[in-house]
Amino acid sequence: MAKTGAAQTLGETIPAPTKIAISLKVNGVDKPLRIAPWTTLLDALRDHLDLTGTKKGCDHGQCGACTVLVDGRRINSCLTLAVMKDGAEVTTIEGVAANGALHPLQQAFIDHDSFQCGYCTPGQICSAAGLIAEGKAKTVDEIRELMSGNICRCGAYPNIIAAIQQAMERS
Amino acid sequence: MINFQYSRANDVADALRQIAADPAAKFIAGGTNLIDLMKEDVERPSRVIDISRLPLKTVEETVDGGLRIGALVPNSDLAYHPLIVQRYPMLASAILAGASAQLRNMASTGGNLLQRTRCYYFYDTATPCNKRDPGSGCSALNGLNRMHAILGTSESCIATHPSDMCVALAALDARVHVAGPDGERAMSFADFHRLPGNSPQHDTNLRPDEIVTAVELPARGFADNYTYLKIRDRLSYAFALVSVAAALELEGDKIKAARLALGGVAHKPWRDTSVEASLSGQTANRAAFTAAAERLLRDAKGYAHNAFKIDLARRVIVRALTQAASGTPQSQSSKFVR
Repeated sequence: MAKTGAAQTLGETIPAPTKIAISLKVNGVDKPLRIAPWTTLLDALRDHLDLTGTKKGCDHGQCGACTVLVDGRRINSCLTLAVMKDGAEVTTIEGVAANGALHPLQQAFIDHDSFQCGYCTPGQICSAAGLIAEGKAKTVDEIRELMSGNICRCGAYPNIIAAIQQAMERS
Repeated sequence: MINFQYSRANDVADALRQIAADPAAKFIAGGTNLIDLMKEDVERPSRVIDISRLPLKTVEETVDGGLRIGALVPNSDLAYHPLIVQRYPMLASAILAGASAQLRNMASTGGNLLQRTRCYYFYDTATPCNKRDPGSGCSALNGLNRMHAILGTSESCIATHPSDMCVALAALDARVHVAGPDGERAMSFADFHRLPGNSPQHDTNLRPDEIVTAVELPARGFADNYTYLKIRDRLSYAFALVSVAAALELEGDKIKAARLALGGVAHKPWRDTSVEASLSGQTANRAAFTAAAERLLRDAKGYAHNAFKIDLARRVIVRALTQAASGTPQSQSSKFVR
């Protein structure tokens, strides 16, 4: 299928992968990387840093499974180019626990049985950590609305909301 | 996603130099729409020029009592900015009605304006689409067109602009500041986005060698009588079927001034100033609101699956004006529509 409004067509010579040197601080540890510009932050975490806790769901920003915290803010790592985050601090599910103790959200998800298959859980927990840091959600309706970027196909929402409420009360 | 080069812009002048040197390049800020389209091979830039570090991240008061919002202010920061919440709550509400918390953290003010007007055929490279591939035809005209436009359409394209923020900016009469090789200029919000006509490949009147630097709000914020009412297929994180930004200035029960803009119904945020003018001087009641809705939708045209939007839009306009008049704006967390 011909495409216009586009810079290149399939079959044309594509530029050789020019790798770019960047540094990310991931879960408190400096991680120098050499990566191609089209590598998403999600792929950099999973394929280059072996941090596979962050999940690839839709890869289009619609499911929230890839949610991580960048400089303390929750974002979709699948729609972020790693090169654009050079110098940033990234927190993934592997980095939320501190000093050998579970993060209050991790404990709350266990207490409330807030998952079934567990695939969305890392994204849910990172998103909820961002939500609590933002401090905008006070009511259950507000938690629901501000967690709407995280889909749970098993439908564990009531327990997820209960866990977030518990963690909010204790934070 | 095709391979591409990456470079960083040091300042606005550098960004303009870089885009002039490589017309097949694209600016990238939040990336939430561009990277998604690149993954689908719909956008295929030779290079992305990273403008995310440019110093365009402040909200400043202007001499005439308005606000100048830097193009790189994230959507979430704007929605929660104290001056926006206080003076332009309709804008705050519209922003929070759109996307998800994660996307709002990423997406920039300028990027929200420049997200593509789109439909699922635009995304599907296996089907004809005049917006993606000019002259190839429109698959939506006789295809699945439930989400599509009812106003300002052409035989070339019936896609809708999905932004909520832009609907409020249109109603608030914002101005868009841009910089280009010949210096700076400003456009009214109404002139920024365009209707499809015969060239739906162009969503806006921004020139390819220009960059959005700021969005300016005039002093008038309609903070007392406003609403942003968005109706969609699910309660959150979905594009509007129809959305309405409605704002009134009242004197007793008389309308002194009205603002009305719609989302989900056209290739651009739909504002009709003749309808606003027809409301002023009238008593704020259901009869006046219904007449305004009829007038706004006088040229509305439905297709096979979206004709319901005409009746829906009529009801949402009346409901939105009622909410604005009574000073009870739609909550974006409790979804009950009163």
